[in-house]
Amino acid sequence: MAANITNKFVVFKLEDEEYGIDILRVKEIKEMIRITRVPKSPSFVRGVINLRGEVIPVIDLRKKFDMSQNIDTESTRIIIVLVDEITVGLIIDTSSEVLEIDKELIEEPPATIASIDHSYIYGIGKVKERLIILLDVSKIISITA
Amino acid sequence: MDMNQYLEIFIEESQEHLQSLNQSLLGLETNPKDMKILNEIFRVAHTIKGMAGTMGYSKMTNLTHQMENVLDDLRNGKIDVSTFMIDVLFECLDFLENSVNHIAGNGTEGNASADEIITKLNNILKGKATQEVAVTELKAPVIDQGIMKFNQYDNGVVAKAIEQGFNVFKVKILLDSGCMLKAARAFIVFQTVERYGEIIKAVPKVEDIEDENFENEFSIAIISLENEAVIRKELESISEITQVVFEKIEIADVDLSETNLENVTEAESFDPSQNEEKEATEDSHNKKSKTGKTVRVDIDRLDNLMNLVSELIIIKTRLEGVGTDNTNQDMGEAVEYLERITTNLHDAVMKVRMVPIERVFNRFPRMVRDLSKELNKDIDLIMSGEETELDRTVIDEIGDPLIHLIRNSIDHGIEDMGERVKRGKSSTGNLYLRAYQDGNSVVIEVEDDGNGIDLSKVRKKAVEKGIINKLEADSLDEKSSVELLFKPGFSTADKVSDISGRGVGLDVVKTKIESLNGIVEVETVSGKGSKFIIRLPLTLAIIQALMVTIGNEKYAIPLNVIRDITTIDAETIRNIHGQEVVLNRNNVLPIIRLNRVLDVEGSMTEEQKEMTIVVVKKGEKHAGFIVDNLIGQQEIVIKTLGKYLSGIRYIAGATILGDGQVALIIDTNSLI
Repeated sequence: MAANITNKFVVFKLEDEEYGIDILRVKEIKEMIRITRVPKSPSFVRGVINLRGEVIPVIDLRKKFDMSQNIDTESTRIIIVLVDEITVGLIIDTSSEVLEIDKELIEEPPATIASIDHSYIYGIGKVKERLIILLDVSKIISITA
Repeated sequence: MDMNQYLEIFIEESQEHLQSLNQSLLGLETNPKDMKILNEIFRVAHTIKGMAGTMGYSKMTNLTHQMENVLDDLRNGKIDVSTFMIDVLFECLDFLENSVNHIAGNGTEGNASADEIITKLNNILKGKATQEVAVTELKAPVIDQGIMKFNQYDNGVVAKAIEQGFNVFKVKILLDSGCMLKAARAFIVFQTVERYGEIIKAVPKVEDIEDENFENEFSIAIISLENEAVIRKELESISEITQVVFEKIEIADVDLSETNLENVTEAESFDPSQNEEKEATEDSHNKKSKTGKTVRVDIDRLDNLMNLVSELIIIKTRLEGVGTDNTNQDMGEAVEYLERITTNLHDAVMKVRMVPIERVFNRFPRMVRDLSKELNKDIDLIMSGEETELDRTVIDEIGDPLIHLIRNSIDHGIEDMGERVKRGKSSTGNLYLRAYQDGNSVVIEVEDDGNGIDLSKVRKKAVEKGIINKLEADSLDEKSSVELLFKPGFSTADKVSDISGRGVGLDVVKTKIESLNGIVEVETVSGKGSKFIIRLPLTLAIIQALMVTIGNEKYAIPLNVIRDITTIDAETIRNIHGQEVVLNRNNVLPIIRLNRVLDVEGSMTEEQKEMTIVVVKKGEKHAGFIVDNLIGQQEIVIKTLGKYLSGIRYIAGATILGDGQVALIIDTNSLI
């Protein structure tokens, strides 16, 4: 078991870039459902949803990464992740697949990359011609960030 | 033998016994001659000794043993109750409590030594005439072990038992000479016999047998419905018992010459030393029937049960929604039935979680006693409503705030005796602790007839501390001045208590109470005393709420904070110091536009001429919340927003509506 920890990633899209989250963090992927806005919450928190009786906050990743806003589409999804005993939903544009990325193919993030804050990135996965930005979910969730 | 499985029971039961010991000791202090209390204390000490002995906690055993000696002399009138003795007994209690807590923490008794207390106990014993010591010390081992004689009281009991069709035996038990744990064997014998009947007498005395103050034999008298053979067979099956001699007692053997049967029941009350064995057996019987009826349940399991009930209520609400659209009558009836059952189920589960507030109040008499001694004030604590029930989670949290308030009252509220007399009050200060249910909430009051709060000093202090400025201070009315006490930063320094006499950590009290969805209020009359009033919701998890819309969002307002609902004309809104107000029932009512506070877009209230306001109270204060529409009253299950969104202002939590949507619960306290 120990050998194959963290080399499978759920891959999704935000704008034109591809991102990945460690599959062990992901509980499920949901289609867009009705979100209740929470007043006075940080701007990147879209609100809360009902996940089988639990109230779960939902973070708009585009907002979190200071990207331009998009209208939700048919393909918009909520990825439910569990980190440090906190369950949150992340709103993303499209989820595509689960990819296995060899450890050797994961590189340290270069100093200048993409449009998002450096500290959220855990590495860059290279799969053939594609570059996949691997996210550190616990950093995204930490309130101070 | 593995003792771990009994450890929990030991701890729980010890705590219960210590609690009752605490009460009895306080009772003894006021009624030193009351035999009933003394017997109760003796019984508790004895029980703890037995339990601790079984579990192998030697320090507790030694200490309780020594306590027993003192108590026994007390009971026999050899020594009298003194304050010093009560203090020492309280020390014993503290030591035992610490030991139990220590055991609960890590399974051992801890390093604290009981020697000092034991020495004190010994000194009490030695305080009496020296010959007497010699006599009692000699007496124990010399007791005639062979012959069991019934006294008048025993004869009465025996005669009555025979009359009612019981068999009465004198049983002599001979232990193997190589028996190592004689007391343990005897204990097993007692246990075995108690399955079939009651032991009314033992020779030597039970305590002596437990202390192994006997040779190889002892006798007991048994009352049982079983015949000799059954009991004999059981006793003989115990190892290391060589011989069991039965002697059946017939009515003719009983010497009733000086007894008449009616006396028996009376005898029990005035002859405590004789019926001790009987009490002990009776007690074990009571316990047996009790354990049959109650079950100890882990609070987590109850929480889980509560969650499931919550889910059920959500589904029920959802079905109600479906039911109204559906014309099928059966469906409607079924949903109605379901509703009744879920309501009952909810009540039942809530009841299971309810604990009488006695549990918290119990420790206060002792605390007040210690504090009044320390401060050399004479204080009567008058408690009422101990049976009032509150949710277990609230009970666990409410203790500290109450301690705070009581300490405050004693320390700063109630004056010195001299001062009280000078003011024409009785030298004894009165501290009232009351609990009662008021509608859907429970009220706890801490009231003293002391100094009261000097509000002008409070205002002055607040200005010094920079909480308000001079101008504000002058315009403050009484209510707002009292509020200053609860401001963080007002209280921290003890200097405050020197000046105003109040305010040690009151902000902490307030925060705690508010975290339990409660409120604190103060009423005070300078020179006459003050009253702190805590108001707590009965339940925490499920509440009745008013559902409203603001813009196109739905919100819940807890029903218990709503005073009324009314409509106002937009033109009647006035502006005072930047605060919108209306005149309502001849009072100035501040209004809060929820759509603005909660940043809701598209609210109609901005243009409407007639507006719906929900009047909400927080203690004595009121405010009108402007909403777009009322949906109706509904039972809602409170869910937290979770760690990630903790500390969001104005929102107390969330709930899931029948259609699966999430609605937020407005935290009215933070808005007023």
